[in-house]
Amino acid sequence: MSDTYKSEQRPGLFRRIWRFIATPSGVFSLGFLLIAGFVAGIMFWGGFHTALEMTNTETFCISCHEMEDNVYAEYQGSVHQNNGSGVRATCPDCHVPKDWGPKIVRKIKASKELYGHFVTKSIWTPEKFEEMRIDLAAHEWERMKSTDSRECRNCHNFEFMDFTVQESRAATSHQQALDEGKTCIDCHQGIAHDLPAGYLERYQQVVEKLANE
Amino acid sequence: MKQPALPRVLAALALVTAAGAAFAQSAGSVQSLRGADVDETVTVNPIFHQDEQRFDRAYRQQPPLIPHTIDKYQIDLKANECLGCHEWANAPARGAPTLSMTHYVDRDGVQSETVSAGRWFCNQCHVPQVDAPELVENTFKAFGQ
Repeated sequence: MSDTYKSEQRPGLFRRIWRFIATPSGVFSLGFLLIAGFVAGIMFWGGFHTALEMTNTETFCISCHEMEDNVYAEYQGSVHQNNGSGVRATCPDCHVPKDWGPKIVRKIKASKELYGHFVTKSIWTPEKFEEMRIDLAAHEWERMKSTDSRECRNCHNFEFMDFTVQESRAATSHQQALDEGKTCIDCHQGIAHDLPAGYLERYQQVVEKLANE
Repeated sequence: MKQPALPRVLAALALVTAAGAAFAQSAGSVQSLRGADVDETVTVNPIFHQDEQRFDRAYRQQPPLIPHTIDKYQIDLKANECLGCHEWANAPARGAPTLSMTHYVDRDGVQSETVSAGRWFCNQCHVPQVDAPELVENTFKAFGQ
């Protein structure tokens, strides 16, 4: 009797959704559902991947004026934009990890940048950007330092670095860095973008903060 | 009367080759893309490199010359990348020569911990050198020469 009583009441929204999902299909064959699911899965993943890669291009980065007018402008003429071999490292090569897991984490964190662009407009003008620059730079230094400069090492590696073809000063410093277990960002701050005032002191603070964690 | 095929083909081939050679002769000599004969040595404009040895002073008050490249170094109101190594506090760790202590004295003779504002722009006095020939004749003689 209690069953009849229950069926008379309209179930809640989540219960109805759950029932729709949990009820076996009475119309489609198992094979159709399997193949259709497979095809839909490929389409979805392909679409997701394409969208993700679309946001991982220089063109996408500089579609915001904050990036185009400040950091992209400074990057012009830097060694990663213009050099003897013609190989370029674009924005995502340094600022987005290559491995899938860290990449997705970085992408999710980057949603704060969208919030800053559309809502708070925190770096909307060059003056605002300049005010925030040291904090923005410190974020990147912290990220680089904590991952042993992972994005640099996608291309640069001590093990394949021929110190004998380097300027003697560079070779000495690189050997020293290798011996002391230093990482790229420990010396190479501001290689693609302008440095803010007091950058060395701030970098020391970042290092100390990470050492205490 | 039927002739064998091979001599006829060979004869035709010889005729075509001769005609081709004659045409090539009449078109003139081979033009090279680099604008010089193939057996001619073409020199390219030399690329001059940064001198990397320590430089002697050419006269007593000469600001020391820079024995390394400084191409991408930022020296502006915000930052001075030279000081990353040459500031007295950083120099020992980086194995770099320290700035002269005169650079920590301002125009009123007051000494400070940080480099004097008047000495901030290093490359107003200190410059790197390349192994290029002089652009104009120079009769300057260094001290001791």
